[in-house]
Amino acid sequence: MSRLIYLDNAATTQVEPEVLDAMIPYFTEYYGNPSAIYTFAGKAKGAIEEARKILAEGIGARPEEIFFTGGGSESDNWAIKATAEAYAAKGHHIITSKIEHHAVLHTAEYLEKNGCEVTYLDVDENGLVSPEAVKAAIRPDTILISIMMANNEIGTIEPVREIGAVAKENGILFHTDAVQAFGHLPINVEEMHIDMLSASAHKLNGPKGVGFLYIRRGLKLRSFLHGGAQERQRRAGTHNVAGIVGMGKAAEIAFREMEKRSAYVTELRNHLIERVLAEVPYTRLNGDRWNRLPGNASFCFRFIEGESLLILLDQNGICASSGSACTSGALDPSHVLLAIGLPHEIAHGSLRISLSGKTTKEEIDFTVDRIKEIVERLRNMSPLYEDFVKKNA
Amino acid sequence: MYSEKVMDHFNNPRNVGEIEQPSGVGTVGNAKCGDIMRIYLDIDENGVIQDAKFKTFGCGAAVATSSMATELVKGKTVQEALQVTNKAVMEALDGLPPVKVHCSLLAEEAIHAALWDYAEKNHIQIEGLEKPVADIEEKEGAEETTEGY
Repeated sequence: MSRLIYLDNAATTQVEPEVLDAMIPYFTEYYGNPSAIYTFAGKAKGAIEEARKILAEGIGARPEEIFFTGGGSESDNWAIKATAEAYAAKGHHIITSKIEHHAVLHTAEYLEKNGCEVTYLDVDENGLVSPEAVKAAIRPDTILISIMMANNEIGTIEPVREIGAVAKENGILFHTDAVQAFGHLPINVEEMHIDMLSASAHKLNGPKGVGFLYIRRGLKLRSFLHGGAQERQRRAGTHNVAGIVGMGKAAEIAFREMEKRSAYVTELRNHLIERVLAEVPYTRLNGDRWNRLPGNASFCFRFIEGESLLILLDQNGICASSGSACTSGALDPSHVLLAIGLPHEIAHGSLRISLSGKTTKEEIDFTVDRIKEIVERLRNMSPLYEDFVKKNA
Repeated sequence: MYSEKVMDHFNNPRNVGEIEQPSGVGTVGNAKCGDIMRIYLDIDENGVIQDAKFKTFGCGAAVATSSMATELVKGKTVQEALQVTNKAVMEALDGLPPVKVHCSLLAEEAIHAALWDYAEKNHIQIEGLEKPVADIEEKEGAEETTEGY
């Protein structure tokens, strides 16, 4: 086995050669600290501002509303904790959903220990948060609504525009974790009434360890990291210049190619979903059949467990992921799969395949063929399948 | 993450399958935590385990511990089989990651459950065998060691 079939692009992506080329001079030639006064540092400072402009334009924001961070998790932490702090006089209630990324959920749980009250909204069987449910959860002391733009596990795209409208009508701040969506779906913070948006570079062929938080002008969010005066005194720490340049370049390519890439990946994903559902019995697709991220396909195969499936796929050179408990080191399977109403034993048999613009049909067909063999092999080893077959004999 | 022996037993599991009219069969674990093991034993009139088979729903470690446990009890007497503890299974596999230790406990418990079934069917008592619990997570004081990992 020599070739690698990388189908875990929701976890991270390969840095594009064009992105890497753009980054390298900021390690080697223009390594000056962008906060320095001398002319030599000017090139680095200019590159940061150029990236800021590209990112702002991409989401319909102003450059001064983009704040660079160390990634999506930092952005989520900052947005939520700083809002709780800044708006404490107004209230302590936060609304979010049960299927958020842990960067949001664990931050909310942390705040609960510090006097906040959090409503975790249920989702429907496809993982959709209902704007009506958001509205119904609003209290006089609600200060923040945080709902992700698209789910990382099951790919479902949330009705962010409608939820944003609800937030606006009620004068409540709206944060969205757009880590999976940014660069993959069209975003406009004005039309979607978004006050804060988290994004990360490495999900769109940029480097790891860099992201940004969009903060609508006028919000009183304070600094989360204390130290220097970078990012207009709101995010201390020497800029990750090369990383920021790389994120800007990756976003530029992603915006330029979005329509084309999205159409290509969606078609390939549909082919994958159709083949798996038709050829592997006792299988379900998680998340909405159509209203989902272009590159996401999430399945549950009954009677088998996800980690075994992943190990055997890995032996065929295929990288994918699972919401099985065994892959997380915990006993419970993915909170997202449980929130869409799956019983534990079915949630344990999950497989997430996430495609990129470089994935080929041949790779998908090879992968489906392997999935068929592996699922059959594991089922032949499964007491649950044995019982099922005997019961239905 | 896994030792070579664990990977070997996962990739080429020994004794997968069922035994028609087994002397004893035991199923333990629960789907909630993601592991279910069933072990079948064929025990002759002298109390020697002639054959052992298993079926397992679970992770790589669950499959490997089932495979190893069935290997270890084959050819042993019922009394000897009781000495096949979770620690013995782990040692034979060159250790397990800490989060997977419960898989070896499950394998030990599955053997005990099959032996219990055998004892009940034959109206005998096996010295030192306690009634197994169906769900290993409920068992207290089990030997948890990650030695050799």
